[in-house]
Amino acid sequence: MILQFNNLTLGYDLHPAVHHLTLGVQRGALLALTGPNGAGKSTLLKGIMGQLRPLDGSVECHDIRRNEIAYLPQLSQVDRRFPITVDELVSLGAWKQTGAFGRLKMQHKKKVGSALEQIGLAGFEKRLISTLSGGQMQRVLFARLLMQEANLILLDEPFTAIDSKTTEDLLEQVALWHQSGKTVIAVLHELNIIRGHFPETLLLSRQPIAYGPTETVLTDNNLSKARQLNEAFDEQAGLCSHA
Amino acid sequence: MFEFLIAPFTEFSFMQRALVGCFAISISASPIGVFLMLRRMSLTGDVMAHAILPGAAVGFMVAGLSIGAMTIGGIVAGCLVALLSGLVSRLTDVGEDSSMAAFYLISLALGVLIISLNGSQVDLLHVLFGSALALNNDALILLGAISSITLISLAVLYRPLVMECMDSAFLRSVSGLSLWAHMGFLVLVVLNLVGGFNALGTLMSVGMMILPPAIARYWVARLDGLIGVSILVSSLSCFLGLLASYHAAWPTSSAIILTMGAAYIFSFIAGSNGGLIKTLVAKQHKHLSA
Repeated sequence: MILQFNNLTLGYDLHPAVHHLTLGVQRGALLALTGPNGAGKSTLLKGIMGQLRPLDGSVECHDIRRNEIAYLPQLSQVDRRFPITVDELVSLGAWKQTGAFGRLKMQHKKKVGSALEQIGLAGFEKRLISTLSGGQMQRVLFARLLMQEANLILLDEPFTAIDSKTTEDLLEQVALWHQSGKTVIAVLHELNIIRGHFPETLLLSRQPIAYGPTETVLTDNNLSKARQLNEAFDEQAGLCSHA
Repeated sequence: MFEFLIAPFTEFSFMQRALVGCFAISISASPIGVFLMLRRMSLTGDVMAHAILPGAAVGFMVAGLSIGAMTIGGIVAGCLVALLSGLVSRLTDVGEDSSMAAFYLISLALGVLIISLNGSQVDLLHVLFGSALALNNDALILLGAISSITLISLAVLYRPLVMECMDSAFLRSVSGLSLWAHMGFLVLVVLNLVGGFNALGTLMSVGMMILPPAIARYWVARLDGLIGVSILVSSLSCFLGLLASYHAAWPTSSAIILTMGAAYIFSFIAGSNGGLIKTLVAKQHKHLSA
């Protein structure tokens, strides 16, 4: 067990976005997190990262500190006009070794080069990130994840607005992480990608709908249950005393 | 030529002092301005200048035209507004622009109230427009200190600050420095604005921060280049502005800022990095492969 959610409720302004979630994530799991928009998927990742305080319950991390989790936020959160080069951005992944003030050593620079090569961006080192396409930018962010060498990796919609070739290459990287025993949790919408590449799935619709092996989770019955989610917060809802 | 360009500075010590003071602000305010521009916070400079004004005025009322009192007042007022608006926006999920606007308006109104209740006619002209040609030793020491503190702090904060600007979610995922980078940066903004108002006045000191990066942006693309060119542009503008003010007897702050303004207009027309002419004329393109 690497993560344990205990009756976890996360939300904004008292309204729960994730409601009474209790489950454990096994070490080495390759887990897809899916559900309709507004189902609380990104919220759950923020909860794991400790960026959102639980309204109720808790998240336990076992044998891993919060700042040792590698987290890929949605692509739209990066300011892609910032004048920084590809190798500078990727080298920020060495934060655990360099910290805020430490020098970037030769070994880090070499690792940046090999991470870029592995992710299919050799030769892009000195390009400004503002000149990259969306797919290339996502590759850069994956290279930074490689630099982090984390044992738990959280990906928030890594393949949204990414072409099929890039998606394939990045999925290959995810498979490599899985093979080397790392735990990967990815927020995904594309059911065929989940079915093809992710052995386990958590279907979320504010409440957990189903959790387990992907083929038993992504059934028509479960999916239609998830779709019935009322997207709007109900202002009339009373305070929850479920606990 | 020598007579025109150099002699004013060798003959008159007030010109030397003005030049040294302006260089000190140029070196520290320009990099701060680069980060403001990159975070699309250029107008925040203006807001903070308004937030500082009441603090400086209170300092003036308490101790008269004392640089120390006015500086401390300005720093206290500015930091209060910066820290409160930053904290409020992070604790309550409201945009920092609106919380900062709210706090600077409160600060400004409080300042006006305090001044009018005390019934003293504060000569705010000095605070508004500065007196670059009358910098005394205390003022120069203050400017040097602010400049040094800024450069050292920027060197320390550089990596977290870059990450905070570009991808703050990532910074928050690896360390707790996000808040420190942001707050530290706002404090540096306040320090430099306060430093600037001795030489140029509160309102004009914003120009020292905002215009050089806006000019540099039309010539260079990379972060280190932006900082270097900004400092050069700023120092050169101060030199030329001081000369213009000396020879034509113009107000110093206007002369310096207008020099920068002229450089800005020239840059956005002729700039090599996305300037108007280049954008309109560039019809050529390359083959897909060599």
